[in-house]
Amino acid sequence: MTWIGDNLGLIWEQLREHLYLAILPVILGLLISVPLGYVATRFSWLANPLIAFGGVLYSLPSIALFIVLPAILGTKVLSTVNIVVALTIYTVSLLIRNVIDGLRSVPAEVRQSAVAVGYGSLHRLVAIDLPIAVPVIFAGLRVVTVANISMVSVGAVIGIGGLGELFTLGFQKDFLTPVVVGVALSLLLALVADLILVGLQRVLTPWARVIHTPPVEVA
Amino acid sequence: MWEYLSDSYNWSGPEGIWARILQHLWYTFAALGLSTLIALPIGLRIGHTRRGAFLAINLGNAARALPSLGLLMLAVLLTDQIGFLPVLIALVALGIPPILASTYAGLSGVDPATIDAARGMGMTGREILTKVEIPIAMPLIISGVRGATLQIVSTATIAALVSLGGLGRYVVDGLKLRDFPQMFTGALLVALLAIALDLLFAVLGRVAVSDGLKVD
Repeated sequence: MTWIGDNLGLIWEQLREHLYLAILPVILGLLISVPLGYVATRFSWLANPLIAFGGVLYSLPSIALFIVLPAILGTKVLSTVNIVVALTIYTVSLLIRNVIDGLRSVPAEVRQSAVAVGYGSLHRLVAIDLPIAVPVIFAGLRVVTVANISMVSVGAVIGIGGLGELFTLGFQKDFLTPVVVGVALSLLLALVADLILVGLQRVLTPWARVIHTPPVEVA
Repeated sequence: MWEYLSDSYNWSGPEGIWARILQHLWYTFAALGLSTLIALPIGLRIGHTRRGAFLAINLGNAARALPSLGLLMLAVLLTDQIGFLPVLIALVALGIPPILASTYAGLSGVDPATIDAARGMGMTGREILTKVEIPIAMPLIISGVRGATLQIVSTATIAALVSLGGLGRYVVDGLKLRDFPQMFTGALLVALLAIALDLLFAVLGRVAVSDGLKVD
């Protein structure tokens, strides 16, 4: 326990790095997936190849990607950019399916009504299609966020891994406390991130709450 | 990297690439076998009796948050030994949740009317499980095992951190020596092995699925 007190600074530092390395790729991935998914719904022949390609990318082991990327990007092997790019690739490869499915879940009559009252295609995407797609997109967003948080630790093998560095530290010193702290904080981070996403989804889809209210009893 | 790969000296011998691939496969299949042995009966039981579903669903979700590296280090320190046992524990802990969750999901997705029909024909509970529920759930069960395999094969890389062999050796040794071609070789081989195993399961998925499910 004294170890925790003596190393609060280090733990805080790794926690912040962990959060940064896990969340930045989620944001970047979302910013890439939404336009890409939109294009794939406009040109529907693109959708299935994109989803299949995403499946192949997602099956690549993270440690392999962390190491191979520098050769492709020209970055240093021990650069955080590799982790961010690798996790962004995972995010896009998983999220693209949800974005496409989500945009496809917009009922045709809703779309036609929007066109009829004069929505342009960009305005319709932002004001009609994306809000309706939120539940499906968020389902994917929750999966990748939690997966990213656990995957960042693997970076510790190559020396950049947020809380993962507590694992290698504990292992090298044959000392359990940092490992337990690292695992516990990693799980906690995943839980909190998931709860925030659930909350955000509720805020973004106020109409969904109406459906869940219990039916009024008629006397 | 090609220099490393094209040198036949690097391929043979007890520390050659073939030996490393075999070690990597051994860790993978030992852990996969044990995970299946544990998770499949539990998943079948929960799916068949429909009791304990809460556990199956939440375990699957929570497991995605488990950091595999932390799990391995935890296993090393708790068993107080370095080597095969902690690696096996960590890999099995990764493999159980996807198999358990998808087995349950597969069984719970069986149409109750189908089960009623089976019962009406006089099938016993065991017959319903083996002749109706498992065949119908098979695609999902296989996709669970497939997911577990991917997780395990890529995580087996970190076995090298605790002095074991496998393809992770190239990554860990290469990092220590700043020998980046060696690291790339290891990473590339792990990725190829993962894709090869994934294809194997895709084929298995087609073969093992009952003809009755293929009718549209």
